[in-house]
Amino acid sequence: MLEVDGLTKHFGPIEAVRGVSFQADKGEVLGFLGPNGAGKTTTMRMITGFLPPSAGTARVCGHDVGADPVAVKRCLGYLPENAPAYDSMTVTDFLRFGAGIRGFRGKAGRDRVDETIVTCRLEKVRHQAIGTLSKGYRQRTCFAQAVLHDPPVLIMDEPTDGLDPNQKHLVREMIREMASEKTIIISTHILEEVEAVCDRCVIISNGEIVANGSPDELKAKSPSGTLAETFRMLTLDKEEENNG
Amino acid sequence: MASIHNIGAIFRRELKAYFQSAVAYVFMVVFLVLTGFLTFSVARFYERGVADLAPFFFWHPWVYLLLVPAATMSLWAEERRSGTVELLLTMPITMTEAILGKFFAAWLFITIGVVLTFPIVITAAYLGSPDMGVVLSAYFGSILLAGAYVAVGMLTSSMSRSQVIGFVLGLLGCLLLLLAGWEPITGFFVRWAPDWLVRAIASFSFMPHYDAMQRGVIDLQDIAYYVSVMGLMIFATHIVLDNRKSA
Repeated sequence: MLEVDGLTKHFGPIEAVRGVSFQADKGEVLGFLGPNGAGKTTTMRMITGFLPPSAGTARVCGHDVGADPVAVKRCLGYLPENAPAYDSMTVTDFLRFGAGIRGFRGKAGRDRVDETIVTCRLEKVRHQAIGTLSKGYRQRTCFAQAVLHDPPVLIMDEPTDGLDPNQKHLVREMIREMASEKTIIISTHILEEVEAVCDRCVIISNGEIVANGSPDELKAKSPSGTLAETFRMLTLDKEEENNG
Repeated sequence: MASIHNIGAIFRRELKAYFQSAVAYVFMVVFLVLTGFLTFSVARFYERGVADLAPFFFWHPWVYLLLVPAATMSLWAEERRSGTVELLLTMPITMTEAILGKFFAAWLFITIGVVLTFPIVITAAYLGSPDMGVVLSAYFGSILLAGAYVAVGMLTSSMSRSQVIGFVLGLLGCLLLLLAGWEPITGFFVRWAPDWLVRAIASFSFMPHYDAMQRGVIDLQDIAYYVSVMGLMIFATHIVLDNRKSA
């Protein structure tokens, strides 16, 4: 479903991502972990075709993102960091715009939007301007935009960042509901989230992959058997190595 | 290739955004009041005793100078500031479609303002008998000029996340194109630049192309000029966004 092959990104002299490769299959929820600034967002932006890679490539549903970005974008749902959305639009208008771009027209588009509003629990705010929504609703509106067209691959950049525990629970529940028939990638630095929803995780530090395995396998790497310790072991080493 | 459907979706969203915010109403009111004031009070439309719209169209390049960059400054700067550009450009559309959708929405928005000045045509027709061919040609030229301004404003809006920078650079860019043929500007180049370069710079000016249509002459060359300015600016916007969209 999704193959990432040697993705590399330079910003001037800074190497933000260096040769990241991994795969994800249908039915898999892949956690993409790393400290802040490790290159998670940059990697996701390259997979979604927003940023051109300096080297390497990503293939989504068999389409190469460099050769056919529009085909890749068609099979992707993407929830960017901080859930950007057009503040002056209402939730319904915003989703209808998304539906229009995704090729749902007329009644099909309106039905699609209505269904998505129900699955994402947005009924209460559907006629409200996005700028007036609370963070949780805003996040869900942007989430709704990402799943509207039922994409086979879903990429989410810190989907629960800044939400309260109830909202986090709700978002995770929605992710789990969809997990069986999609390939889902979630970037996060919240480790409890990984244990709650992910089948496998990739840990990235300083632009490189330092671990790739199931949460249990990763736990087993540390003496105390916790994910937090493994995470620290793998990512702190790296940072020290690079800083001195 | 660019799909009309995708351009249409962007176009409709953008046009709706104008009318959902106060921008549209402030713009329309200021545009109409300002052109009205300049035509009637400054250019003394009634006192001239001639039933033509020359004093009205005379002001368009100057009113656009202030208002068009204000209407276009948010086109890309706001997308970049709020991060929605990431959403927009990861939808299954090409960058060209996104740019064209926004460009045509902003152009139509300005055009609606221009068309709303029609009562002045009625006034002139009531007072005398202006040459309607000239009036239509002048409107056509004015709308083309607005399109060129919109293209310049869209380019400068794509250059930073700040709408203020977009506005100021847009105003400067339009001013330069407006005055390129004016003596103090050509005089600056004439001292050291070869003659052909001075003439080339002067020929970039909006003014001669605008004036011809004010006299009722629609020349294919003038239309080609405006279309190439717009095309060039759209192309440049594409390049700027390719390089800076995430910065």
